[in-house]
Amino acid sequence: MMHALRNQKVRGILFQLLTVIGLVAFLWYIGSNTMSNIEQRGIKTGFEFLNSTAGFGIDEAPISYQETDTHGRVFFVGLSNTLIIGFVGIIFSTILGLIIGVLRLSNNWLIRKMSAAYIDIFRNIPILLQILFWYNVVLKSLPAPRKSLEFAGDIFMNNRGLYIPQPDINSTTLTILASFVVAIVSIFFLNIWGNKKQEETGKDFPIIIIGFALFIILPIIAYFIGGANFNFDYPSLQGFNFRGGKSISPEFLALTFALVIYTATFIAEAVRSGIEAVSKGQKEAAASIGLSQYQALKLVVLPQAIRIAIPPTINQYLNLIKNSSLATAIGYPEIVTVFSGTSLNQVGQAIEIIAMTMLVYLTISLVVSAILNWFNHKMKIKER
Amino acid sequence: MTKLAKLSLAAIALIGISATAGTLEDVKKQGFVKCGIDGGLPGFSEVLSGGVYKGMDVDGCRAIAAATLGDATKVKYISLNAKERLAALQSGEIDVLVRNTTWTESRDTSLGLNFAGVNYYDGQGFMVRKSLGVKSAKELDGASVCIQTGTTTELNVADYFRANGMKYKTVAYDTNDQVVASYENGRCDILTSDASQLYGLRTKLKDKSNHIVLPEIISKEPLGPVVRQGDDAWFNIVKWSFNAMVAAEESGITSKNADKMKTSTNPTVKRILGTEGKMGANLGLSADWAYQIVKQVGNYGEVFERNVGVNTPLNIKRGINALWTKGGLQYSPPFR
Repeated sequence: MMHALRNQKVRGILFQLLTVIGLVAFLWYIGSNTMSNIEQRGIKTGFEFLNSTAGFGIDEAPISYQETDTHGRVFFVGLSNTLIIGFVGIIFSTILGLIIGVLRLSNNWLIRKMSAAYIDIFRNIPILLQILFWYNVVLKSLPAPRKSLEFAGDIFMNNRGLYIPQPDINSTTLTILASFVVAIVSIFFLNIWGNKKQEETGKDFPIIIIGFALFIILPIIAYFIGGANFNFDYPSLQGFNFRGGKSISPEFLALTFALVIYTATFIAEAVRSGIEAVSKGQKEAAASIGLSQYQALKLVVLPQAIRIAIPPTINQYLNLIKNSSLATAIGYPEIVTVFSGTSLNQVGQAIEIIAMTMLVYLTISLVVSAILNWFNHKMKIKER
Repeated sequence: MTKLAKLSLAAIALIGISATAGTLEDVKKQGFVKCGIDGGLPGFSEVLSGGVYKGMDVDGCRAIAAATLGDATKVKYISLNAKERLAALQSGEIDVLVRNTTWTESRDTSLGLNFAGVNYYDGQGFMVRKSLGVKSAKELDGASVCIQTGTTTELNVADYFRANGMKYKTVAYDTNDQVVASYENGRCDILTSDASQLYGLRTKLKDKSNHIVLPEIISKEPLGPVVRQGDDAWFNIVKWSFNAMVAAEESGITSKNADKMKTSTNPTVKRILGTEGKMGANLGLSADWAYQIVKQVGNYGEVFERNVGVNTPLNIKRGINALWTKGGLQYSPPFR
């Protein structure tokens, strides 16, 4: 026996086994203790509440929702709002972050300093304060519905939100939607073809200009193919508020704006550090073989910079999604506000609801990081 | 994330506690009562300059401290928003919740909580700008409603608009302060809450006189103190601390005449003030527990008039909160 213990391998397994047993026992103790306490206090448990009527209204529901729907439905309304804010936030913060990150390295003194100031200011103020600040700015600066700001006759803005005409779903709108998909797919393949051609002939393929053109021309063609028939649902002032059209609430605007402004600073820094990490010798080498500055950036610097910038950017995407839960401060109905807020209070089953909410964030984060890790792996330099 | 973190902490706290000792022993050991309040609601619980707490609910906390510890100042106030309050009580973060909380069937039966009485009979109302020219809640079709989330209010307003075939848009916030700020900024046409709160919140507005409370009361909102289920001794103490204030008013005992009344020959007065009978011992408290409440905090009428009555900015009449002998609903079971 003692002899076996002296064996390093056996000892290693033994200690790992003991740790696992200890951990399981600890979790089991916590679980059973919680359950017995809950039972003792007479608190309801289980997930039956998901089938009971919610009874409260939610203003912004991407999926159809009424007061008579269930708490389970509330969960999905909150989830879809969280996903929407995450999606929109990630797209805009990436665009803004890329621009600011490049401007930060500009040769123009004013542009360089202004982007540095922007980053330093917004990176260093807590995001909750920024959300509250923008929300109150939005509410204070916009007029009441009856004195709405009017753009192009049919777009209205007031302290209840932004109201835009919404096109009806018909053959025209569907064809245009399809044309965007076609544009994206064809740009993807053109890019591959262009790169291949460049490697063969050395000729640069202007993918950005062509891609941009495709994005404009294809929908225009689609408009005529689809019957050139736009039918809008226009917003109009009725009683207290505007009705009809598509409305975007001030809560959504303020939250998106704050999250984008905040997250873009970190992405800008990731971009800058990526570009700066590519050694000067690379640029000089590119210049020495006759590449133009643009070619050097596109073919030598950016491919290396992106590899360095991806991991910190993934973190910022995850942070943005998690930070969106701060919406609860300004009442945007995402999952923390409506489900682990309102529903929790009506039902009172904190453990189940909080656990479900945590699981949502965990799942979203794991999926996002899995996708981006795959992308990162693909982009990584394959050292042999 | 902070709200989520707080709630998760409350949930985790549930895990930690094993079988609890009596709350009364805990209170005596720690030397103060941990009392959950709103903290931002004029008339019920607000913090004045210098960190002094004031209001109906605050006086409820003080009464419990006077009864259990003999000193009404031995209270630790914990400000909670509507979402946190019940979890805070369930998890043991507070000993008692006196935070204008509506007594409902589901809260009483499914959350492991007990309501110990009603310290204010309320109902839900609507506040609007005078400039809208609205005279009745029936004219509110299509309006935006500012509301505090995690309240019965949210459900009532949905029911009311649905029953009357009207459309509405809710904007729900965590705290009353944000509700008032957004209403003031014009985010909503209506602010809805319990009527007493509307009067309280109106005092926070910059242009108080430009807002009116509509005549419709759309719900019953009996507000009262709440304790955890399963500690009947503490439940009794909280229940009778409130009854003592009502009983004192019924018998004409006030904070000013309490000492003089000690020599009264009226047996009911003697039983309340502890000079006769074993009321205190039955509750596990000293004989003069109710005397301490009346002496240090006052009877129900005094508490009402001091915090929300006609001589305060809230200017609320006793109405249904008058004693049963005067046509109201406040009624204490006999001290016997």
